[in-house]
Amino acid sequence: MLNYIWLALVILAVLLGGINGKIEDVTKAAIDSAGNAVTISIGLIGVMTLWLGIMKIAEDSGLMALLAKAIAPIMKRLFPDIPEGHPAMGSMLMNIAANMLGLSNAATPLGLKAMADLEKLNKVPGVATNAMCTFLTINTAGLQIIPATMISLMQSMGSKDPTAIIGTTLASTLIAVTAGVTTAKLLERLPIFSIARAAGERKAS
Amino acid sequence: MIRQILKTISVWAIPCFLVGIPLFGAIKRVKVYESFVQGAKEGFQVGIRIIPYLVAILVAVGMLRSAGAIDMLARCLDPVLRRIGMPAEILPLAIMRPLSGSGSMGIVTELIKTHGPDSFIARFAASAYASTETTFYVLAVYFGSVGIKKARHAVASGLVADIVSLFAALIVCRLVF
Repeated sequence: MLNYIWLALVILAVLLGGINGKIEDVTKAAIDSAGNAVTISIGLIGVMTLWLGIMKIAEDSGLMALLAKAIAPIMKRLFPDIPEGHPAMGSMLMNIAANMLGLSNAATPLGLKAMADLEKLNKVPGVATNAMCTFLTINTAGLQIIPATMISLMQSMGSKDPTAIIGTTLASTLIAVTAGVTTAKLLERLPIFSIARAAGERKAS
Repeated sequence: MIRQILKTISVWAIPCFLVGIPLFGAIKRVKVYESFVQGAKEGFQVGIRIIPYLVAILVAVGMLRSAGAIDMLARCLDPVLRRIGMPAEILPLAIMRPLSGSGSMGIVTELIKTHGPDSFIARFAASAYASTETTFYVLAVYFGSVGIKKARHAVASGLVADIVSLFAALIVCRLVF
């Protein structure tokens, strides 16, 4: 799917850039974005290293297993493929908790730790598992209790009631997560999204 | 009051994690320093592994933005969405949101500036922005970190969440504000 989306985005960009007379901007954007992507990746290394270190302590001390056991009843429904007490449960919970609190600096490293734990259960390298897709959907839906960035933006723009958006954000994010996860659960059963098909496609190409 | 509590939580959460986890480890007789460096050495590889995925996504999105595609798409969708009560000002934000975090942040800032921070549009825009994440960025970083190239249904379910969050924000904001 990403093959088609990516190609479509690039073709559309050059086509519309040409029509709109902005083709030079398109070239500049391509080069600037590539540099920007590397800057972001390199910038992640510091916090990534910090949180991976902290999470290793959490793992070695048995804290992750404890967390995993505590939330097993809920997580078992969302992620039926993950064995009970697997570290992935604990790291996913940590990521979701960091997201809820609006701690974006911690959320991404914790999320990537969770992905690494989920990858240990992956039998077909390069193809996403059902659990990965569900977990990714929870993250793309941005489950957040405290929209810290928006509150401070509202405040800096002189809002009289910057926290007014907390309730509306929470309501819509909950609806979005529910819808996203439900969609993921339904789509994972469709033959066109099957692991075998994705793996076969890869061999053919 | 609420603001104070929230501020305290967001200021204290990370320090609490940073001290709480090693402390718990020490109580459980874990060699915390050794454990830390053991886990931390993976950090560099993860950062490097993401690069190709993030370059692919950010370049495509950057090209699309600079070509003026977002505004064009917004103009095309406008007549349809206007009929169901979606304010036209919000459209560029709705299209930008899954593609670019900084881009959509810029649009929200602009909307707040133009309409005032306590206007319906500003609050709706802020709620819509905060109730979802930048789907394509999350996809590139999360899947890239473990070398996933076949996203299967994750793109579709991520975008469904984006679309639902936009309409949910509209309905909720209409009810509340």
